[in-house]
Amino acid sequence: MTWRVVRRVVGPPLAAVGLAVLVASLVLAVSGADPFAAFGNVLEYGTRLETLVEAFNRATPLYLSGIAFAIAMRMNLFQIGVEGQYILAAFLAAYVGAGVGALFPPLHVAVILVTAMAVGAAWAGLAGWMKVTRNVHEVISTIMLNAIAVAGVVSFLLGRWKIESETLDTRLGDIPETGWMPSLNPVVELVTREIKRVDLTSFILIAALVGVAYHLIINRTRLGYDLRATGANPWAAEAGGVPPKRTIVLAMLLSGAVAGLVGMADLLGDQHFYSLRFPQGLGFAGIAVALLGRNHAVGAAFAAVAFGWLERASGVLEVRGDAPREIVTIMVGVIILFAVIAYALAQRRARIEAAAAAAAQVGEGPDAVEEMAGAEAEP
Amino acid sequence: MDEQVSAAVRLQGISKRFPGVVANDDIDLMVESGEIHAICGENGAGKSTLMKILYGMQPPDEGRIEVLGEERAFSSPKDAIDVGIGMVHQHFMLADNLTVLENVILGAEPPKGPMIDFAAARSRLEELGEAYGLELDFDDMVEALEVGERQRIEIIKILYRGARILILDEPTAVLVPQEVEELFRNMAELKAEGHTIIFIDHKLDEVLAVADTITVLRQGRSVATVKPQDVTAQDLAELMVGSELPTPETREVTITDRVAVEVENVSAVDEVGVVRLRNVSFEVHCGEIVGVAGVEGNGQAELVEVILGIAPATEGSIRLHGDDVTGWSVRRRREAGLGYIPEDRHRRGLLLPAPVWENSILGHQTRPPFLRSRLWIDEEASKAHAADVVERFDVRTPGVNTQMHALSGGNQQKLVVGREMATRSNPLIAAHPTRGIDVGSQAAVWEDLRRARADGLGVLLLSADLEELIGLSDTLLVMLRGEIVARLDPSRITLRELGAYMTGAAA
Repeated sequence: MTWRVVRRVVGPPLAAVGLAVLVASLVLAVSGADPFAAFGNVLEYGTRLETLVEAFNRATPLYLSGIAFAIAMRMNLFQIGVEGQYILAAFLAAYVGAGVGALFPPLHVAVILVTAMAVGAAWAGLAGWMKVTRNVHEVISTIMLNAIAVAGVVSFLLGRWKIESETLDTRLGDIPETGWMPSLNPVVELVTREIKRVDLTSFILIAALVGVAYHLIINRTRLGYDLRATGANPWAAEAGGVPPKRTIVLAMLLSGAVAGLVGMADLLGDQHFYSLRFPQGLGFAGIAVALLGRNHAVGAAFAAVAFGWLERASGVLEVRGDAPREIVTIMVGVIILFAVIAYALAQRRARIEAAAAAAAQVGEGPDAVEEMAGAEAEP
Repeated sequence: MDEQVSAAVRLQGISKRFPGVVANDDIDLMVESGEIHAICGENGAGKSTLMKILYGMQPPDEGRIEVLGEERAFSSPKDAIDVGIGMVHQHFMLADNLTVLENVILGAEPPKGPMIDFAAARSRLEELGEAYGLELDFDDMVEALEVGERQRIEIIKILYRGARILILDEPTAVLVPQEVEELFRNMAELKAEGHTIIFIDHKLDEVLAVADTITVLRQGRSVATVKPQDVTAQDLAELMVGSELPTPETREVTITDRVAVEVENVSAVDEVGVVRLRNVSFEVHCGEIVGVAGVEGNGQAELVEVILGIAPATEGSIRLHGDDVTGWSVRRRREAGLGYIPEDRHRRGLLLPAPVWENSILGHQTRPPFLRSRLWIDEEASKAHAADVVERFDVRTPGVNTQMHALSGGNQQKLVVGREMATRSNPLIAAHPTRGIDVGSQAAVWEDLRRARADGLGVLLLSADLEELIGLSDTLLVMLRGEIVARLDPSRITLRELGAYMTGAAA
């Protein structure tokens, strides 16, 4: 990798984060807080071992959600149904996981994971099927399916399937311990001090596996090639033998299967049941992860950890009374906004440079450069 | 002094250098007021650079620009527009979801308080349209319009902004023959009204037909300024390439008895029930080039889609190498060896945001050596293949990792042609294989087709270039309204006769 590539890939997100800190400082200063004290507190709290573990626990579902979104995005499908897919998947996986009773542990975990992936894939596949048969745009169908999953199916069934618990929480299924994933604390503690209160979920390893698989499938396999080709130019891909409808459905199924895993970090590593307090909003947060990480397996990992850390480390602001934690929401928003702008600028520049290099080869001169650089924007 | 006054544009000693290349090298150009002045040259000869300098898009490194006798230095196209220069680019810049009227006034709306004075705009446009015979319905949405109509909008757009000197960058490249005639009529009207037109073209017969003066550029220099009555197309071509020019003629017969494509009684009806193909039958043998002539829109595009498998045949059957492929997917047909050079490389042929090497395997990604173990794309083998195509077919690119959109149109086309040739696809559907590429590259493509034909390639050739069709084909079919109306021997037919068959004038 040349320096130029490093600058193009790493520069924009770093610049975005820097600007976000600046904007947040301004907001803090305007609202009467001391930004230095606030960020000092965040840094101090955020570098504690427990906070870092929490940040990684948060990053795990965010990462999967980002990858789920990215899979579809690589072929220009705007799959914003991850939200509904993971909640429905977690709900049914909890039901099945509790219903099968105690099993041989790896098998039990596998049953839960497969259920979740199947449910996610089916729910996303529905949107894919509507697109290829009825030409329903995936944005419309996935928004509808989100609402149906969360407000419809889950709410309805939760009322019928709930179990009595000592708390007032309406919950579904207590998954027996054989369906739990172990804590990674003992492994981490080999190199650190003892971790108190929190457990690092071993589900993070599965998320990493998904990341590797995503990278390999998209960039190295024929399926990935077909998918990216369709994303780049569906008409040319079709003439090149890529079956357009099958590829759309396949991309949605893959995306949905990964989406189904989003809730599994919490279900298998933390709560072991589904309730109304099950984490929500991870599906939409994943869009930001994919955006900041540029649909790249490694980039999304950095983005997920960054967002996870910001969310966890910012808790201290409220505790210490420095500022409301909504300041983090502002920062996340600013990061995304600036990252998008910075990427667009970097991309435009890269394109002009490439066109200039090609033009120098031909002897056309950059007269054609702007045209070429802009030509690709045609629908 | 007289000269100076009558010159609409006078460029003296224009030079423009880019890193590693001299695009314009001390070019002089004089365009008289009220004339149609053609600029010819191969891709990369510096035509576009020169025009962009004149239009203020790029400053020259050296040289003087005089417009209507006054020296000018443009820092942006706006300056050029202010002195009455307008340019129509090869890629139109129109908003599809606006009407013709809205597009024309976009950025130059006549105000009426805070609102737009549409009535004033309309009457002004109607005047313009009438004065120059530019037929347009100003309330049509642009998305519904043909290429020729879109071009007319671009021309009206610059007239509306007061242009007296019009620069047209390869205006005929995107047009079908009838539209070209219409354009030339419009140009004549503009000239009659005293406008000056500078146009870039490399179709020599067109240049000879409409230009008053022709300037030929070669490798950044102006090599000659001539009058059309003094030169032949052959002379011009030799000036452009600096050497003798090949012709598309194919001599020896290489037809074998193996049938590559067999189309039998194929009919096709589109979604809205219009019959696009009616009872079409023909064979293409290995080692044979079968040409399809026809005015655009008479079923040629549909024929290609049906053979490729993108659109279904409602009746009849298609065989490739003896196998009935009528129900096969595009992928299976491509795996059976079917190659395809699309009529529109941007739409059907290329992944513009993807690197050259990925483009070099498109359509062949399911076969070795590009696919390993039926699962993995072999990047190394693909890149080696791409490098081979780049070298053998003279694709000018910095490398195989360069994104496709960085390449010029001619080089993109050469990659598409090279891809199908190097993968030894057979049969090959070649739709307008030399569209938009310069004479030198054109000759190279013809040579490739001839060589592959001698090796046993069966080609179905569709082209709007009738000389290309007559010169290359062993058999010539003529399509009219979705039917094959004639089978001709290209060695015994003249352009004139062929034209008569295409328009239905000959029985």
